[in-house]
Amino acid sequence: MTIRDIQNTISGGSTVRSVIESAIERAKQDTHNALISVVEDRALQRADEIDASIASGDKLGRLAGVPFVAKDNILTFGSPTTAASSLLETFEAPYQATVIEKLEHEGAICIGKANLDAFAHGGSTENSYFGPTTNAVDETKVAGGSSGGSAVVVATDIVPFSLGTDTGGSIRQPASFNGVVGLKPTYGTVSRYGAVSMASSTDVIGPIATTVEDISLVYEIISGVDERDGTTIAVDEKNTVRDVMKMTIGFINELQSDGVDPEVQLKMDRAKEICRRNGHEIVMVDMPMLTHALAVYYIVVPAELSSNLARYDGIKYGTQIKSDNLVETYKNSRSAGFMDENKRRILIGNYVLSSGYFDAYYKKAQTVRTMLIAEYAKAFESCDVLLGPVTPTPAFSIGEKTADPLSMYLADTMTVGESLAGLSSLSVPAGVTASGLPIGLQISAPMKRDFDTLAFAKQWEIYND
Amino acid sequence: MNKISAEEIQKIATMSALSLSDDSAATLGSELNDILGYVQQLEAVDTDGVEPTYQLTGLSNVTRPDELVDYKVSNEALLQNAPSLKDNQIVVPKVL
Repeated sequence: MTIRDIQNTISGGSTVRSVIESAIERAKQDTHNALISVVEDRALQRADEIDASIASGDKLGRLAGVPFVAKDNILTFGSPTTAASSLLETFEAPYQATVIEKLEHEGAICIGKANLDAFAHGGSTENSYFGPTTNAVDETKVAGGSSGGSAVVVATDIVPFSLGTDTGGSIRQPASFNGVVGLKPTYGTVSRYGAVSMASSTDVIGPIATTVEDISLVYEIISGVDERDGTTIAVDEKNTVRDVMKMTIGFINELQSDGVDPEVQLKMDRAKEICRRNGHEIVMVDMPMLTHALAVYYIVVPAELSSNLARYDGIKYGTQIKSDNLVETYKNSRSAGFMDENKRRILIGNYVLSSGYFDAYYKKAQTVRTMLIAEYAKAFESCDVLLGPVTPTPAFSIGEKTADPLSMYLADTMTVGESLAGLSSLSVPAGVTASGLPIGLQISAPMKRDFDTLAFAKQWEIYND
Repeated sequence: MNKISAEEIQKIATMSALSLSDDSAATLGSELNDILGYVQQLEAVDTDGVEPTYQLTGLSNVTRPDELVDYKVSNEALLQNAPSLKDNQIVVPKVL
């Protein structure tokens, strides 16, 4: 389902109310546990408002009457924002995120909140207080994560687009596992006002949809400098590549390793061949620091999130487990409200930031990060975009990695580099395995060059068709 | 390589305002040791003369005019999630 499909239904005479009622009905019948809540009253009220605007001939927004779902770590009105945790199970947002306000300004209607790993910590949506989301194609497989619900609601045609968040692959990996398109925008180009913070130096909100065209439209709407988020920057407005039909495409030698599933590798070889056949130049680039990206990531991100999650004390908001003294109330509330993976990451973060370990872990990691960023810059001197796998394997089985946190982390190995460097990076379908599981192709471009990423992705859709 | 002891795990847990049972401290301890064992690979990277990167945009001291902006968020909405309220104030357990 595309945004255009919805718009055609409305221009064909259907009311927005009926479009939204159908979307709500599909959301209620979801069998993948992709949604934590469905928004009915507010969604229908907004539908009626847009129907009234249509009746009186008002100028309509670019997404008038289009239903969408937001990941449940983005503040919205109409239902709680839980971050898939018991701690925030009943949290009612006092204001909406800038991205939601921007989408509503264009007439889009939020009909539900998508499941995720609690506080977006995870790569499978199995760490949700509300239970795992299952893969859209095979219910014995994970949806991926942490934006698993956001990918599945699009893959199962509940809504044409959704919002996710990506800190180290959390949009791209579930998009890849469910056969849809997901954009991790350049760091800073989308306001995070009203998003539940995880790692401040890599967190970014981005769209998931079935086509690159829809991704582009939503990204155009949600991006831009926001005075409510002091970390926002402007994106380059148009693609900067001189000729999208003759781009230079980089493949990274370090990602052609034995660790890549043969079926995934086959699709990457095919992608390379297709690009060559269509007149693009292929270059191979060396990025030795990329082999350390995951180690850097699992120091930097826990460090940042341990600080961000310090705010959850059970006092100002959130589930409180009361004791007769303040510190015990903090401890009880946090211990009950966080999932094991949250605790694991908070502990690592506070360990690597603690006196005596700061230089050896945190500062060392941020220094290797500088070298990684320099390697990307060098790679982009010889190519317009980088292509490669999103994940080393297709979607894994539910329960397969939950007992071994390190093995779960290793599944992020191909997406964390772009996050640490703040790049524009997108996952687009590149085929399926023999058993039908989707495989994604990752397309990355330098910071602020999201429209380069999107321009190539659009070409890729044509080649891959 | 440093191994985190059970005692150290409890110390970090206290710093993190988390309580851990002995069992979960043992499990978490071995998981943390696996993870720290993995990230230890960075020791081998020669980073002499390289500066760390703490943020990506290069922005600093982003300011706006010192004017009151009405975000249209009510006190009630901001306080509605507090577990315990009295006279529009958040109630906390005794501190002293």
